[in-house]
Amino acid sequence: MDRILVLIFGLLSILFTYWYFFMKKTKTVQAEGTVNILVDGGYKPDRISIPFGQTTKLVFLRKDSNSCLEEVILADFKVRKFLPLNAKTEIEITPEKKGEFDFSCGMGMFHGKLIVF
Amino acid sequence: MSVLASLRTSQVAKNLVSSFFKTYMMNRQIFAIKGMHCASCVYSNEKALKAIPGVEEAVVNLNTGKATITSDMPIENDVIKSAVTSVGYEAIVGNINKENNLDEKIKKEKAKELKNLQIKTTVSLILGALIVWGSFPGLMSTAPSVLTNLFNQLLLASIVQFWAAYDFYKAAFSSLKHRLANMDTLVVIGTTVAYIYSAAVVFYPGFFEGLNLKAEPYFDVSSVIIGLILLGRFFEAKAKAGTGEAIKKLIGLQAKTARVIRNKKEIDISINEVVVGDLIRVRPGEKIPVDGVIVEGDSAIDESMVTGESMPSSKYKGDIVIGATMNKSGSFVYKATKVGKDTMLAQIIKLVEEAQGSKAPIQRLADIISSYFVPIVIMLAITTFVGWYVFGPSPAFIHAMLNAIAVLIIACPCAMGLATPTAIMVGTGIGAEHGVLIKDAESLETAHKVKTIIFDKTGTLTRGQPEVTDIIFNDSARQFLSRENKVKKSPSPRQFILQLVASVEKNSEHPLGEAIVKKSEEKKLVLSKVEGFRSITGKGVEGIVNGKKVYIGKLLGSESHTGGDSLKSQGKTVVYVYLDDKLVGLIAIADMIKETAIEAVKSLQETGIEVYMITGDNKQTATAIAKQLGIKKENVLAEVLPAEKEKKVRELKSSRLRSNSNYTSSEERSDESRRIVAFVGDGINDAPALAAADVGIAMGSGTDVAIEASSITLVNKDLRSVVRAIELSKKTMRTIRLNLFWAFVYNIVLVPVAMMGKINPIFASAAMAFSSISVVTNSLFLKRQKI
Repeated sequence: MDRILVLIFGLLSILFTYWYFFMKKTKTVQAEGTVNILVDGGYKPDRISIPFGQTTKLVFLRKDSNSCLEEVILADFKVRKFLPLNAKTEIEITPEKKGEFDFSCGMGMFHGKLIVF
Repeated sequence: MSVLASLRTSQVAKNLVSSFFKTYMMNRQIFAIKGMHCASCVYSNEKALKAIPGVEEAVVNLNTGKATITSDMPIENDVIKSAVTSVGYEAIVGNINKENNLDEKIKKEKAKELKNLQIKTTVSLILGALIVWGSFPGLMSTAPSVLTNLFNQLLLASIVQFWAAYDFYKAAFSSLKHRLANMDTLVVIGTTVAYIYSAAVVFYPGFFEGLNLKAEPYFDVSSVIIGLILLGRFFEAKAKAGTGEAIKKLIGLQAKTARVIRNKKEIDISINEVVVGDLIRVRPGEKIPVDGVIVEGDSAIDESMVTGESMPSSKYKGDIVIGATMNKSGSFVYKATKVGKDTMLAQIIKLVEEAQGSKAPIQRLADIISSYFVPIVIMLAITTFVGWYVFGPSPAFIHAMLNAIAVLIIACPCAMGLATPTAIMVGTGIGAEHGVLIKDAESLETAHKVKTIIFDKTGTLTRGQPEVTDIIFNDSARQFLSRENKVKKSPSPRQFILQLVASVEKNSEHPLGEAIVKKSEEKKLVLSKVEGFRSITGKGVEGIVNGKKVYIGKLLGSESHTGGDSLKSQGKTVVYVYLDDKLVGLIAIADMIKETAIEAVKSLQETGIEVYMITGDNKQTATAIAKQLGIKKENVLAEVLPAEKEKKVRELKSSRLRSNSNYTSSEERSDESRRIVAFVGDGINDAPALAAADVGIAMGSGTDVAIEASSITLVNKDLRSVVRAIELSKKTMRTIRLNLFWAFVYNIVLVPVAMMGKINPIFASAAMAFSSISVVTNSLFLKRQKI
């Protein structure tokens, strides 16, 4: 009896885990010149659309002491920057290509996307 | 009169005093102004700044966007800002200091973090050890009763769980809020399960005994796991600091001050205040502050820190000096041509920083895996628990729990994330130390696959300047000389010919003539006056020197000259010398091969790379030079117009350019999917070819356009750096592959092993701690490699 309960409970947990982490909907935020990104257990917002060919300022504010998030990498823009804790760090980028570009933390655990339109 | 004179003197004295004050006593502040685009902007800003009480002088530079104000007391930043804002612009005050402060802040923060980590690691390992002593079956009997007491164990474990692991909880919760999971999530779930179960056992042992379970807590599991993972983080943080050292080293190279000559006085100023055009004095043993051109004096300069070239180079008036290099012997004055972010060192730092921020294609897979990894591991852990509970031996719950914890703990996505970037950071750093600047991680990755390298000839394989290599004379020259000797003491026949020819060529503007004149200057010959100089198109030049008719050019008449022909076959240009219509000798001129070229070509060929040479020269000259370099005859691309170089690169890339080679069999072609081609060049006309190649390597002595178009820049002129660049790429890639191998072993192989119940959770935590350390340490090993 307890085995069946554990089996059912386990299956439900797996489904819940899948739904919780993989089925989330993300909102895309439109950047106008400047966009503030909160770094706290991930990036908020993590989908940012920015205009092609225009310089956009990304202002990262790191509130999370996790060393994973201490660096942000915008590989397609060749930027690797240390984010001091509880401070704003500005990164200016001017996209020269359209498309979706990933940004992530130093260890590639947390991800965000820049959508150039 | 005397009154006037004394007035003048007093005026002079006043000026002197005021200039002294301006230089030494006045306060100078430099800051940037944003939004200026015209001369009137400059005017309105200067006006606004001068209006600030206390400001003596305000100079705004439109080009640099910087303003300098001179005042007797320092002006507050807010006052400056509001003055500039009042006319519609934005002042960025204290920018330079801010950068320094930021670095300082980062450094402090990192040191604090490390210290904190060290304390937490030590405490949790000690507490963990005490718990193990009090609970491990064999050791338990030797432990004092205070440690075997379960409530005391709960107390110790709680300290570890809620104080030492506090950051794990914080990080895990803030991620979970965003529906994200990371390593902290795994650690938190794993240890919390062990802790809560154990705490429950302590408080309600009867309940578990009723379920046929031994009332045994697992505080050792939770505390030791936390201790070991903290230990792993501590070492990882320490090692990671070493991967970014290159940039710090480069920044540290910069001189702090410069001795500038202003108003005929030498003053020491901060390097940030040096402006273009300043005259700077550098004494022996001093660092050169910024880039510039020598205007007075000469010296030997050690440029190894920037170019990687170990021999000091001699510099004379008119030569370029690079900031941050070390003046060895002489004292000289030079004019600053590049300051601030335009200096070579600043450019190098920017390039390295950019390269370290870029991503290698090999990392993509690891990136994709790590972004899905943690939730998958959580699901696998649940599966493990269910599997062991339903099908496992008794006590099923204990087995299920411990194995699920082991699955959570052994997974280490961090190792996967660190595998590539740490190696790229170390690799690009080592490159910079050796004068090999890599533009991005992708170039570093592609370079190791290069199978074909095309060298541009002029300026890359050769020095790019024609030089006199041989002077040959015959008996007629001796006869002329012996007649001369009767009049005055004359030099050797070679010098005799050179003196006459150089005298005539001085009037010509032909590059070959220049080479001859240069040679005569080297030999310190005094040139004679020339009469009736004329240039015979397609033939040569002639003139009357000391009453003798001197002709230099092609052979007159139809006879051939064996000496000349053999020199020609070596790729040299030969001009014949006639005195009063009699052939007396010849001069051979060639663009000399760089000393390092032969060795570089040989080393590349030894590693299995095919070396090509491309040039606009005729086939004979090109083949002769190629022979000296050891380049195969069929790999010489001669008579290529500058505009065609790019086309040739593209042709080679698609592997079709083998018409004059003997292996065009289909087998040869099909076994290469596509040839990876590198192009090495330096001129403006090389830029399209550099960009078209898979890897464009620009010689640092080359033009900015070439450097811009390339993916790797060699700061020195040493061609062996091409070999080094490829070697560096190979070694970095080997490190990355090894790193990825370990990361995948830990995560892809050990996770199923843990699911099968073969790994104890404590061992799992040790393995996990070790995995990221081993990856970072392996990257650091790259530093020890010789390139």
